[in-house]
Amino acid sequence: MRLLSIYAVLAYAFLHLPLLVLTVFSFNHSRFTQWEGLSLRWYTQAFADPALREATLNSLLIGGAATALATALGTLCAYALWKKKSPLFAGALYLSLMTPEIVTGVALLAFYQWLFHLLDLQLGMFTVILAHVSFCLAYVVIVVIARLRTMDATLEEAALDLGANELQAFYKVTLPQLLPAIISAALLAFTISFDDFVITSLVAGVDSETLPMVMYATARRGVSPVLNAVSTVIVLGLGGLILLSERLQTK
Amino acid sequence: MPPDPILQIRQVSKTFPSHKAVDQVSMTLERGELHALLGPSGCGKTTCLRMVAGFETPDSGEILLNGVDIAPLKPYQRNVSTVFQSYALFPHLTVFDNVAFGLRQRGEKAVRDKVMASLEMVQLAAKADRRPAQMSGGEKQRAALARSLVLAPDLLLLDEPLSALDPNLRQQVRHELKALQRRVGITFLMVTHDQEEALSLADRITLLNQGRVEQVGTPQEIYLAPANRFTANFLGEMNWLDDVGVRPESTRLSHQAPEPGVRVHPGQVTQSTFLGDCYHIQAEIGGGRQLMARVPRSQNGYHPGDRVHVWWQAADELHLPQ
Repeated sequence: MRLLSIYAVLAYAFLHLPLLVLTVFSFNHSRFTQWEGLSLRWYTQAFADPALREATLNSLLIGGAATALATALGTLCAYALWKKKSPLFAGALYLSLMTPEIVTGVALLAFYQWLFHLLDLQLGMFTVILAHVSFCLAYVVIVVIARLRTMDATLEEAALDLGANELQAFYKVTLPQLLPAIISAALLAFTISFDDFVITSLVAGVDSETLPMVMYATARRGVSPVLNAVSTVIVLGLGGLILLSERLQTK
Repeated sequence: MPPDPILQIRQVSKTFPSHKAVDQVSMTLERGELHALLGPSGCGKTTCLRMVAGFETPDSGEILLNGVDIAPLKPYQRNVSTVFQSYALFPHLTVFDNVAFGLRQRGEKAVRDKVMASLEMVQLAAKADRRPAQMSGGEKQRAALARSLVLAPDLLLLDEPLSALDPNLRQQVRHELKALQRRVGITFLMVTHDQEEALSLADRITLLNQGRVEQVGTPQEIYLAPANRFTANFLGEMNWLDDVGVRPESTRLSHQAPEPGVRVHPGQVTQSTFLGDCYHIQAEIGGGRQLMARVPRSQNGYHPGDRVHVWWQAADELHLPQ
């Protein structure tokens, strides 16, 4: 029992010690990894940086739009796959989870460029949003379909039996059963979208640099404690979302 | 009472990709009766029920409700309601809102009064604000009944209504269900695989086997005058000697030879099983043929190895060719 506890502590330390170090040094006055005293200077600097501000706004905008679209589409997609059991379509969907990100990114870029020959468009915010929808979709479907599979299929029949048409049965009976799963799928999609670097950097235009892209560019110019501060904020923000989703699901 | 059919199923067939579920089934429900659709699992009884409810469409044939063919109608276009095997109460709604669902769907007035009256009828008025998850199996079943009956359907369909209940509760709910049916006067069509349930509850029984109707009749008719071997074997137990069948409860045992005029076979007891209210005695009568007799506990004096006379009245014989 004692051994097991030590093992658990070590496992969690392995997982989270780097984050802890990052957080601690984000409050360090020195720009180097040597403790000099508590300071919020890196946070002040981060919030004052116009490039970081714009990139954060872009990330939130892209994440929000992609999450809304992917959650709506993915929920309907899960519903369809649940109703019409098709191993082919389900398999094709999960293929997108197996595809390496760099392959997805290159493929999307090639697809957009081919499309731009036909339409007079260029890479920008909307290409990033569409790319994010495409890689978030499968995650949403997996989360929602898992809930559908544990739902009593006769609930919907009962609604029809009591006079609801197909659409009413869906939003009055099925949708409320799925709501916790849909919320948790949306939070997952937002996290994945906010986090993405590889695909985004390939399909982004000049007006749509996201926070990970700007952070990466900054890191390449040399380590900056500003990045520690930004990272800490991200971890706290996304962590908060996950806690919120847990709360909603146990309600 | 002149026949007044509320539901007529005519020559209905339904084939699924894997098998033929229902094969040229015809049956008639009289207004106000409690009719049991009985049969072993996979006999097509649930498919029949689902076609009447509108969840499946027959490949051919007609389903007439009050003389109108409802086969092409959607479930929400027919005045038929279903109590599902799982009860299918909406988990996100209270009992009150579950029962109000259909009324609100129809845009009815005085929803509150109707819902409360329906809940009172099943003794659930005090639990109107509960969620389904906070109720017992018996309460859920009553809530499902209230939800359907509040709509005053022409026909109430019940899919294995007692199977999800505790065995101890089943007996009691059986009586309650029959009393409720008599009180509301609505025609009930109940699907069950349990012959005892069908015998004790139904006014009439339709026995289904492999998608076809084997026999229709009152419980007495079906049990006492089965039309064929399947019916005889499915309802209760049977002893068979070639084309002659006799029920174990009509089969007698005695140490002395019985009086003349009865069918008698000398035999030897091979097994004695205690069943609480009676003993189940198995006796071999030569040629390896085994007969079963049900002997009341007070009259039992038979043990394996005993030489006995196995006999019955000629009137208790059923003559059914294989």
